[in-house]
Amino acid sequence: MPKITFIEFDGTPHEVDAKVGVSVMEAAVRVDTPGIDADCGGACACATCHVYVEPEWVEKTGVRSPMERSMLDFAENVEENSRLSCQIKVTDELDGLVVRMPESQH
Amino acid sequence: MSDSPQPNAGQPNPNARVVIIGAGHAGGTLASLLRQYKHEGPITLIGDEPIPPYQRPPLSKAWLKGEADAESLALKPLEYYAEHNIDFRPSVRATDIQRSAKVVTLSDGSSVPYDYLVIATGARAVALPIEGAGLAGVMALRTAADAETLKATIGPGKRLAVVGGGYIGLEVAASGRALGAEVVVLERETRLLARVATEVLSTFFKSYHEQHGVVFELGCSVEGFVGEAGHVTGVKLADGRTIPCDAVVVGVGATPNDELAAACGLNVVRGITVDLEARTSDPAIFAIGDVAHRPMPIYDRMFRMESVPNALEQAKQAACAITGRPAPKGEVPWQWSDQYDLKLQIAGYAFDVDEIVVRGDPQSGHFAVFHLKGDLIQSVEAINAPPEFMAGRQLIGSRTPISKVKLADPSISMKEVAA
Repeated sequence: MPKITFIEFDGTPHEVDAKVGVSVMEAAVRVDTPGIDADCGGACACATCHVYVEPEWVEKTGVRSPMERSMLDFAENVEENSRLSCQIKVTDELDGLVVRMPESQH
Repeated sequence: MSDSPQPNAGQPNPNARVVIIGAGHAGGTLASLLRQYKHEGPITLIGDEPIPPYQRPPLSKAWLKGEADAESLALKPLEYYAEHNIDFRPSVRATDIQRSAKVVTLSDGSSVPYDYLVIATGARAVALPIEGAGLAGVMALRTAADAETLKATIGPGKRLAVVGGGYIGLEVAASGRALGAEVVVLERETRLLARVATEVLSTFFKSYHEQHGVVFELGCSVEGFVGEAGHVTGVKLADGRTIPCDAVVVGVGATPNDELAAACGLNVVRGITVDLEARTSDPAIFAIGDVAHRPMPIYDRMFRMESVPNALEQAKQAACAITGRPAPKGEVPWQWSDQYDLKLQIAGYAFDVDEIVVRGDPQSGHFAVFHLKGDLIQSVEAINAPPEFMAGRQLIGSRTPISKVKLADPSISMKEVAA
């Protein structure tokens, strides 16, 4: 299974085994990774699964859909590499992915 | 008992015994939040369904259409509970709360002592007390079991009747069409979403559903259901007509499961009265989710909400109170609905509204309806319009006055409206 590392705002890393096909958000939530709220459960409706994708992974994680882009537009502390993790599907190519979490999802 | 915490004593007891009645979205979230917040005492999670806590919203949407499987509905995999020392007890109900002894009695005859009790019993679908309501094929949509039954019943060529033109009814109608069923929606009021949305939205949804082949009967009174060999075959209307169908989904609202709380003397007013910590009139007992009648400071009133964000917010309030963390920041209530390719996002509630501003053209399929009290936004309903939703939600929370002229002009960005 691909491994994904979630790094909390305070620097604490969490390495998670992610099933291919689920979203990066789901992989985090299933094992209780702190810092990903995911209030809407993956409907791209809430912007509470915001992550920063490490620069070397940006290309592999794909592009934001228009819906995701406009949700992120109004989230806090958005950067070039901001994504909603419910919109990134786990694939074998993402083995080793590293994402960082913002200070708060609300 | 020396190890029992004194409510409001200031010092949280990390070893307190927490019993949660109800393993829905609120109860399940609370159990895992307590562990995330380093609560070490025993946690018992009592659910009357056979499966661990799961997301209900997809039952009428992605799951019903076959786009999500059972595993993806679960909040956590089953093994999570044992791994985190959460005693999850499925298929059992609480039957009695003895507040003086701090004990909950269960339907299997056992009893569980608590230091903190959390009531997260949710709400149940209102049943129509009419002839034929007990026929097979007449169902509500509340649980995964209900959804399984519905999914097995509808498909290409099947005829589905939906009683109630609210959000559940419309979501089921959209999913039914996606599965190839013929769908008729029967609504008592003269417009859809009559209790929860503006006429602009009612009109928009009606025409969108009609374009997708849904038939509406508005202002009609359902008198009963008729059947053959115990299975529903039609809906009998007061005007004498019978609408033939193979299945009926009744979506006419929900009522809180607050009887247990009322029976043990807690304050109950159409839901269990709680404060901003989700605490009931008994300091050792909390109530969260659909069953709670809670304060809403933004609107200066008490209200009972049926939404996932509300369940999550109250789970957080209770988890913070139990573990001695500072209370979480208040949130603007919100909810969403997916129908066809439409994403409806709603923030706030339209209390005390004196004006409505429609931003964008409903014909375009991207627009938002703002509900104003003076120059403050009370709520926004956004169709395929995330900026309006996101900015609207922030403006509702910050109570920032806005310019109605700018708000009504879609050529001015929401960033500028909010500035």
